[in-house]
Amino acid sequence: MAEKIINKDIVKEENLVYKKTDLLTDKPLSYCPGCGHGTAHRLVMEVVEELNVQEETIGIAPVGCSVLAYEFMDIDMQQAAHGRAPALATAIKRLYPEKYVFTYQGDGDLAAIGTAETIHACNRGENITIIFVNNGIYGMTGGQMAPTTLPGMKSSTSPYGRDVQSMGAPMKMTELVAQLPGTYFVTRQAVHTPSAVRKAKKAIKKAFENQKLKKGLSFVEIVSNCNSGWKMTPLKSNEWMVDNMFPAYPLGDIKVPEE
Amino acid sequence: MAKVKGSIVVDIEKCKGCEVCIPACPTDVIRLAEDVNGKGYHYAYMENPDNCTGCVNCAIVCPDGVITVYRKKVE
Ligand SMILES: Cc1ncc(C[n+]2csc(CCOP(=O)(O)OP(=O)(O)O)c2C)c(N)n1
Ligand code: SF4
Ligand code: SF4
Ligand code: SF4
Repeated sequence: MAEKIINKDIVKEENLVYKKTDLLTDKPLSYCPGCGHGTAHRLVMEVVEELNVQEETIGIAPVGCSVLAYEFMDIDMQQAAHGRAPALATAIKRLYPEKYVFTYQGDGDLAAIGTAETIHACNRGENITIIFVNNGIYGMTGGQMAPTTLPGMKSSTSPYGRDVQSMGAPMKMTELVAQLPGTYFVTRQAVHTPSAVRKAKKAIKKAFENQKLKKGLSFVEIVSNCNSGWKMTPLKSNEWMVDNMFPAYPLGDIKVPEE
Repeated sequence: MAKVKGSIVVDIEKCKGCEVCIPACPTDVIRLAEDVNGKGYHYAYMENPDNCTGCVNCAIVCPDGVITVYRKKVE
């Protein structure tokens, strides 16, 4: 089916103002309709393009829905065992200190099985960037409870809702790593509206630029949706995220370097 | 006074019909088609093309990056 072109007088190369960056491959993303992973991928690649560091960037893909990130991001990438992305990124950055090295991880990957790797990479102040996509659930495996799942939130392993008494309270990894002296810049963003997207991109850009300063780790949480795991339409899931995830995970900078 | 006019082009086959672009548009340009693409998704199209200002809001929130935006000054 061809693309339908209306406004033929406007749709001309010289009037082009926005198109998908070439640093995302043409492969259709494997994500569910409306999933924030796609937008988060695009922002990371737009930043790499704007900094003109495609040849000097190495990304680490996690285990989770974004396990195939290396199929979509047209840069050098390696895929890590579940939760081990910060350890792999540490090794790569130490071998190639001039490269831009980042991990891209979900909350099951970063805040459950990879908690130790995350905290110790942050504590050591590795000069890497961590992109942490928090959708409060294990998306890939069918919506199990994650450490980030909200109190009362239903998941396939908390069918009556997360009971804080027996299952603990949501773990705020971003606030937690901000306490560590090794982190240099820690922020929480989202990608569900145009203004959120613009802010998130600025934060990701800063997190990449910081690597040149060699002052520690930059950590960008992106609070996102998992409409399939949450069993909602994409638009409904974004509304639910605003009403329920944002109060627990408020957006904004948590640790900013002193100028 | 110079005005701007915009237009979007949706990669119909890659659109997943998620509707995230629809509330992102300040001028109510976009709707989902009755028709479906090869994957069975209702795809986004310009229902009100004359309203488009080329602001790129829809394109930057589209999770699948399937919207291309054009903008032109008109007299
Ligand atoms: C060692 C190991 N344990 C468990 C799994 C199963 N597993 C695959 S993805 C996943 C959770 C991913 O959740 P998250 O990181 O939140 O990412 P999302 O899919 O939500 O983006 C689990 C437990 C695995 N692949 N490897
Ligand atoms: S399962 Fe959830 S996180 Fe995974 S692609 Fe679907 S919506 Fe996104
Ligand atoms: S946001 Fe993108 S994928 Fe979703 S309906 Fe709009 S054009 Fe299609
Ligand atoms: S470019 Fe702006 S005005 Fe045009 S359809 Fe997209 S959001 Fe609406």
